[in-house]
Amino acid sequence: MVRAVRDSFVKLDPRQLSRNPVILATEVVAVLATISTIDAFRTGASPWWAFQLALWLWFTVLFANFAESIAEGRGKAAADALRAQRVDVQAKRLDDKGGFVLTPAFKLHAGDVVLVEAGDMVPSDGDIVEGVASVNEAAITGESAPVIRESGGDRSAVTGGTTVVSDWIKVKITADPGNTFLDRMIAMVEGAERRKTPNELALTVLLAGLTIIFLIAVATLLGLGQYSGVKLDPLVLGALFICLIPTTIGALLSAIGIAGMDRLLKVNVLATSGRAVEASGDVDTLLLDKTGTITHGNRMAAEVVAAPGVRAEVAMKAAMMASLADETPEGRSIVDLAVEKGLTGVPPAGSTPVPFSAATRISGLDAGADSWRKGAVDAVLKLVGLSANQVPGELSVAVDRIARAGGTPLAVAENGVLVGVIHLKDVVKSGVKERFADLRRMGLRTVMITGDNPVTAAAIASEAGVDDFLAEATPEDKLRLIREEQGKGRLVAMCGDGSNDAPALAQADVGVAMQTGTQAAREAGNMVDLDSDPTKVIEIVEVGKQMLITRGALTTFSIANDVAKYFAIIPAIFVVSLPALGALNVMGLANPKSAILSAVIFNALIIIALIPLALRGVKYRPIGASKLLQRNLLIYGLGGVVAPFVGIKIVDLIITTLGLA
Amino acid sequence: MNASGWAEILFTIGVTVALAFPLGIYMARVWQGESTWLDPVFRPVERGLYWTFGIDPNKSQNWFGYTASMLAFSAASFVVLYLILRFQDLLPFNPQGFKGASPDLAFNTAVSFITNTNWQSYVPEATLSAFSQMAGLTSHNFLSAAAGIAIAAAVARAFAANRGEGLGNFWADLTRISLYILLPLAVVVALFFVAQGEPQTLTGHVDAVGIEGGKQTIILYPTASQEAIKQLGTNGGGIFNANSAHPYENPTAWTNLLEIIAMNVLGYACAIAFGIVALARKEARALVAVMALFVLGASAVIYWTETQAPPAMLAVHAATAVNMEGKEVRFGAPSTAVWAAATTGASDGGVNGMHDSFMPLGGGMAMFMIQLGEMLPGGVGSGLYGMVVMALIAVFVAGLMVGRTPEYLGKKIEAREVKLAMLAVLILPLSILGFAALAAVLPVALKALENSGPHGLSEILYAYSSATGNNGSAFAGLSANVPYWNATLGIAMLLGRFAYVVPVLAMAGAIVAKPKLAPTAGTLPTHGPLFISLLMGVILIMGGLQFFPAQALGPIVEHFQVLQTVAAQH
Repeated sequence: MVRAVRDSFVKLDPRQLSRNPVILATEVVAVLATISTIDAFRTGASPWWAFQLALWLWFTVLFANFAESIAEGRGKAAADALRAQRVDVQAKRLDDKGGFVLTPAFKLHAGDVVLVEAGDMVPSDGDIVEGVASVNEAAITGESAPVIRESGGDRSAVTGGTTVVSDWIKVKITADPGNTFLDRMIAMVEGAERRKTPNELALTVLLAGLTIIFLIAVATLLGLGQYSGVKLDPLVLGALFICLIPTTIGALLSAIGIAGMDRLLKVNVLATSGRAVEASGDVDTLLLDKTGTITHGNRMAAEVVAAPGVRAEVAMKAAMMASLADETPEGRSIVDLAVEKGLTGVPPAGSTPVPFSAATRISGLDAGADSWRKGAVDAVLKLVGLSANQVPGELSVAVDRIARAGGTPLAVAENGVLVGVIHLKDVVKSGVKERFADLRRMGLRTVMITGDNPVTAAAIASEAGVDDFLAEATPEDKLRLIREEQGKGRLVAMCGDGSNDAPALAQADVGVAMQTGTQAAREAGNMVDLDSDPTKVIEIVEVGKQMLITRGALTTFSIANDVAKYFAIIPAIFVVSLPALGALNVMGLANPKSAILSAVIFNALIIIALIPLALRGVKYRPIGASKLLQRNLLIYGLGGVVAPFVGIKIVDLIITTLGLA
Repeated sequence: MNASGWAEILFTIGVTVALAFPLGIYMARVWQGESTWLDPVFRPVERGLYWTFGIDPNKSQNWFGYTASMLAFSAASFVVLYLILRFQDLLPFNPQGFKGASPDLAFNTAVSFITNTNWQSYVPEATLSAFSQMAGLTSHNFLSAAAGIAIAAAVARAFAANRGEGLGNFWADLTRISLYILLPLAVVVALFFVAQGEPQTLTGHVDAVGIEGGKQTIILYPTASQEAIKQLGTNGGGIFNANSAHPYENPTAWTNLLEIIAMNVLGYACAIAFGIVALARKEARALVAVMALFVLGASAVIYWTETQAPPAMLAVHAATAVNMEGKEVRFGAPSTAVWAAATTGASDGGVNGMHDSFMPLGGGMAMFMIQLGEMLPGGVGSGLYGMVVMALIAVFVAGLMVGRTPEYLGKKIEAREVKLAMLAVLILPLSILGFAALAAVLPVALKALENSGPHGLSEILYAYSSATGNNGSAFAGLSANVPYWNATLGIAMLLGRFAYVVPVLAMAGAIVAKPKLAPTAGTLPTHGPLFISLLMGVILIMGGLQFFPAQALGPIVEHFQVLQTVAAQH
């Protein structure tokens, strides 16, 4: 907070303000008002009113700077915390002779190979070329449980600043000094590399255009006023100008952008540019990996179909007994299903587990003379000595049905007799269907990506309610799909982790790489999800939309405010010479000076009042574009017209009560 | 105010909009180079023209080529027209033996007619020869209108394209629009006017002896043909100084109705055609609704102000408590009101009443319609592209509120489009307010003013609004045929036309290259009541914010002063 206040003053430097034409214009008028105050002192006229006006104009600029500073402040705090992590370590750089030389981390270049042993900090980003180690990545992800990193495959990347807690690895450095993941993360959250995003640029142009229009409208009043015999104080015209130009959105525009990045950071997503965040609001097509995003990672038991002549409870019990010793999530889900049906899942005394083996593809439990087995259908049939065409009709129908629905059938045998079939299915996460429906209402198309065959994929796709799916997908298929969508002018978002995802991540407009993924993937994407949660992409889209909505809402509000300001200021500046225009003073403001001052004060205070909204963002509701527009137009458009009438009147009452004008 | 008055206003606007639909559908065929039932007549003429001028009608121009052609055509037109006016004394068909026009008048008039403004600083029947009228002015009544419609067609193609490049061929557009749309329509309307009694003759005048025995020279001209294109092409320049308040220009209630229809119908039709070509029929209907609602609103305001008992007349207990000064007395206040709204909304500028004599707020309303940007429904073609610019701005601001980069008709609106749209709309306040503020303080300008006080300011504001908006109607009370006014109004007309069109065509050039996106549920709907009210709000607020201070010093203060003066007398 203190830093934000200090920064607000530092930012008064016109060179810094030149990025923001509206606020720069305000500063110019504030300077003129100050000069006019000093002038009033010199000539002995009452400087009191000019002084107040100047003061509030400066406040307007300061409030604008403050909004930006406070948004940046959050990032700076995060950056400081990161910087503390980056202690200078001595890396063990391997030389040609098989030994190593101690080299400061900041002197490591891409291509160097270093040895990192238990207790060492990884000096810079790189890929493991040899060895396996558990690495504590809390510095980056905030997750304290160590993760396994090994050479080859999709888990070969290590990040500078993380610590090896066991074993050793040889790491080939991939980043030059100052360009490591941690460095970039610091730069990102600090906003040091912040450039205006395309939409921010367009909005700035609009605001600059409006500023020029109002400059013309106000400057020409000099001539028109002179004709009408109105003596116009340049200070008053300056105040009118400031009230008309869109200072509210001008002041909050950059804060909205920074806050958007910050909101992403809060959900542990790191965007490499504001442009990426903005693009995420525009995404038309979401590519979602089935496993982990749409379905739980594991299959779960959904039902047990009894063989003809076997009672359902018997089949269920057999399935449970066969699974009691099975510690896999699938096995546990079978026991859970049985318990749900009223059975008690306790193994009989003296039972011995029969563990799963790749050779038999069967597991189960023996208890005394009794034995229960479950496994792949063909494996169990072989065990009980049946050929495929000897399977009872009902059971083979069930097996077909399960396979067609995208599930996995497991056969169950009790004491060597086939008693039923378990239906293991991919369980769609609860709530995803609703979420996809929300996305559809916002115009997003969801495409499920899966390695499953088309039949299975279709079944899951329809259950999850996605719009389309890509079955038996290879990385090349993904890339082709993205290009196809983009060819139709759509923006595509996806997430990925493996090296083979890198081309697709790079091609996608929003590519979210998992922190656990490979270095290649992290380089290719324009966002990194530190939690490695593939569902996160939906939240990212929402943050992007929220940012655009906030900008639009505050722009509308800012422009709508002008109506009331006219009704405050126009009668005030003309009423002395043209008393008839007093009729326009619909708010009944006390006197011309208080009217103008009230409008300027309202104009400054509204910035402060809206900072929380700019930082928090306008709430995003997935209710469809039409309804959303109607809602926001009502609140920020109509509200923007009405609010200042009330606000200016209140300020006028206060300042006349206090005798300020 | 009475029910029949309201019915007349509603009927006039309703019929105009209804007629615009079939006309728009036909216009779209012409824009797209498709065959029409007039082909047997005009196809050979069209081919002949292409062959004569070496035009390949199928060669599509990019925005730069299209703009350059349009500017070259306008520049050449200007030079020819300027010379005709300057040297009309050396040219044929000058029965009255008029002298050549002064340089500033020739400049002003030439600019006026190539920009589709038809501002007339002079008294036509006392200044121009028949040759100047017909070869000089009437031909530009066609061609400047056709150029405006051509640009609208180019903008429509920009929205239709998917990663395209060309906007069409300006020369082919100009030819086809003149031949297939303006010419046949003008013939039909002119015949109707002749049937209603408008003169159509090359005989300069007839001499008559009045009932009091005085000799009268009655000037005739080929009025009906001029009248038809004057209204259809939203030109507005009358043969007679009194314009359509003159019985030869507007003899009956039927011609009055048809003239109102004629000055708006092509403006609406351009929007319909735009919708067909740009594959956005629903969206185009929304634009038509916005245009018509504004005309209706303005008609209602003027009808209301002009039928209120004027305070000054009440004060002296006048027998009639309605301000009939400057009204079309033959047809009454409602027809004057709807005409005033239609002519100021349409950049036509033909009048059947004198806006100067309206009550202050009525005159202010007419002026405000011009200041809103001449797109309600605007000049032929120019109204449509003006409306598209406003729609882009409305969509940009409001579109963000649905959480996407705004799109209009499947085209993303980004920094470049916003920049060019703002550049275009900047011209209005810059030219109107800038020139008005200058004139308000310069003695050389003020000399031409008949009234002082707020009403004088209204006259100044109206003149520059009319010139910049390419409207051409005058508030009267201003003797504008002096070098200062001729020059500045001429510049205002040039700015209003070309400084607006160039950014618009550049914008079309940016838009044509973009992919055409299919709408999704997340796209801001740009049709329906919500969008219509949004667009109306944006037009009203943008216009109001720019011109409220100036209007406050003109019509608004005059209104309150009238009320106060009368109150003080009691």
